[in-house]
Amino acid sequence: MKPTLNVPSLTPPPAALSLDRMSSAAERFNDASASSRMLTRSRWWRWVSSASVLAVMAFVGCLGFGTQSIPYSEIMAVVMGLVLAPFGSATEQGLSDATSVILLQVRMPRVVLAFLVGGSLAMVGVALQALLRNPLADPFVIGISSGAALGAAIALLFGLGISVGSLSALPVCAFAGALLSLMIMYRISAAQYGFSVYTLLLAGVVLNAIFSAFIMFLTSIADPNRAFGMYAWLMGSLTGPDWSTLGILVLYLGAGLVLLGMHAQSLNLLTLGEETARSLGVEVERVKKSVFLAAALLTGAVVSFSGIIGFVGLIIPHAVRLVVSADHRLLLPVAGLVGGVFLMLADTVARTALSPSEFPVGVITALVGGPIFLWLLTTRQTQLGMK
Amino acid sequence: MVVDDSPNAVGNEITNTMNDPFTSNVAYSLKDVSFSYTKGKRAASESVLKELSCLILSGRILGILGPNGSGKSTLLKLLARVYQPQTGTIAILGESLSGLSQLNVAKRVALVPQETLQVFPFTIAEMVLMGRSPHHQGWGGWHWEDAHDWAVAQSAMEELDVAHLGNRLVTEVSGGERQRAVIARALVQEPQILLLDEPTAFLDLHHQLDIARVIKRLNRDRGLTVVMVSHDLNLASQYCDQVLLLNHGRLAAMGSPQTVIKPEVIEAVYGCSVLVDQHPQSGLPRVSLPV
Repeated sequence: MKPTLNVPSLTPPPAALSLDRMSSAAERFNDASASSRMLTRSRWWRWVSSASVLAVMAFVGCLGFGTQSIPYSEIMAVVMGLVLAPFGSATEQGLSDATSVILLQVRMPRVVLAFLVGGSLAMVGVALQALLRNPLADPFVIGISSGAALGAAIALLFGLGISVGSLSALPVCAFAGALLSLMIMYRISAAQYGFSVYTLLLAGVVLNAIFSAFIMFLTSIADPNRAFGMYAWLMGSLTGPDWSTLGILVLYLGAGLVLLGMHAQSLNLLTLGEETARSLGVEVERVKKSVFLAAALLTGAVVSFSGIIGFVGLIIPHAVRLVVSADHRLLLPVAGLVGGVFLMLADTVARTALSPSEFPVGVITALVGGPIFLWLLTTRQTQLGMK
Repeated sequence: MVVDDSPNAVGNEITNTMNDPFTSNVAYSLKDVSFSYTKGKRAASESVLKELSCLILSGRILGILGPNGSGKSTLLKLLARVYQPQTGTIAILGESLSGLSQLNVAKRVALVPQETLQVFPFTIAEMVLMGRSPHHQGWGGWHWEDAHDWAVAQSAMEELDVAHLGNRLVTEVSGGERQRAVIARALVQEPQILLLDEPTAFLDLHHQLDIARVIKRLNRDRGLTVVMVSHDLNLASQYCDQVLLLNHGRLAAMGSPQTVIKPEVIEAVYGCSVLVDQHPQSGLPRVSLPV
């Protein structure tokens, strides 16, 4: 009746074909970019080396700031001198002794400490978040840091802090405190089915309150001189490390890092839930124990050296997940490096902004991290499984 | 074998293989399996599964049916060794399940849980690739992914129609898309046995049919053994070679859909009367609720 209809009915095939071809080309493109989500050795190295370059740049940059200004040419000379020292070409190249001492004995240990502390806190954050399946878990927020601080405070006030050689009682007690609060936290989170983000945060607040009460009690019965030192330390400061204490810190952190790093893929699978992780071949109980041990080691060591520095373990993992990947094999090292960079920068501000006096670096991390935490809490509710 | 006498459900096939539980055509052999969830050292409540004995044949599709709380999902988790029974033994493909390492279980069996929650921004491709994990035995499970892993993941994602979602976040796709991606992840494990907990629960009709057909195709083409928990008696009737009916943790009936899905059996277990007639295409039992 309308023969004209036949004509258009003949024409579609080429159009449809070309559409098909287009869509398949688009799919291929999509596939190619999706396959870039695979974690290959080269992708890992790309990110880790970029973050390392960033860390080295920040390290040298932070060395330039301080009460006394030192030109970067001299800083480079000292750094290069350190790098080349093992090869027997240790020339101070006409540096004044004062400059060299300031750089090597004062600034450099402090910047290194900031890097180690920031990196460890970020990695502990990553591990706790995966284990508790909660993106808001941070060693400070959920009370692990105050547990460690209580342990350290007991050691300090009862004189256990006076150590024999490298076996200082301080980090050991802090480690014990961190482990205790982790155990309590985990018991609470495992006690009920369908455990919510809110419960964990509330439990953390209460745990913090309890440990703080103990610490306050201890400081009030201590002699005033010690109590003052305690307060300064509790607020989170990175003052006055020397190379030998840094060496001890590196030992603790190294042990924790190896434990965490080797379970990176298991942490990926644990984010799917313990039952699913088990069905994918993860020995869940063993992994959990290792990760707890590692988290307690790192937190204990960091807190005993630098007091309570909050929110680094919260903001850095979140930012790295957004930019790089949620894959823990990549997330752990990159978050560690970026966390180190963050705290180096924050501490540089803390020690130079009001020069010659300085304030605790914990002030800056709380001022930056607190609002971000609140923002996450209010905007990411669906993602956090709160709705 | 403990089976209620009334519905004479057990097929001859099963009774024949009973004598030799470690024959090659048996995927699972359960003997007197009892299980209860424990809290600390003591049992939290009464047993979820009670003295369950049965054989699950390989290369077949088995449907696990039963009312809420009858132990269906728990049975599936025992088969994946997510939990281990307090008493009784489970053999998988002729080996003792408790004697295998978790990793070796994961190479033989893949589990698709009822619901997958994810709070971290993993992409679908990353989540599917996690299924390759059991095939890498690196230092503490650490490994790099290679071209072969990607090829396996890619074909599984195409099979489940999620290849175009590779770059989307697990947290932002729909429940149905996520469920299909989780099944793709299970296939990526390259298992001999696939365990599914309510695979069609969150899917619309179209994708229900797709999933059911994919399961049938995998079973037919690759000889994959499928054990599937379902609330959908009709789906089980159409797609399962055998069904196992649980009631309060005990085996109520087991056999072909024709022998188990009968009005009197269903009524005895579910406590409500149903109408059973024949599906117009397949002639298999079709269950309808009375008006």
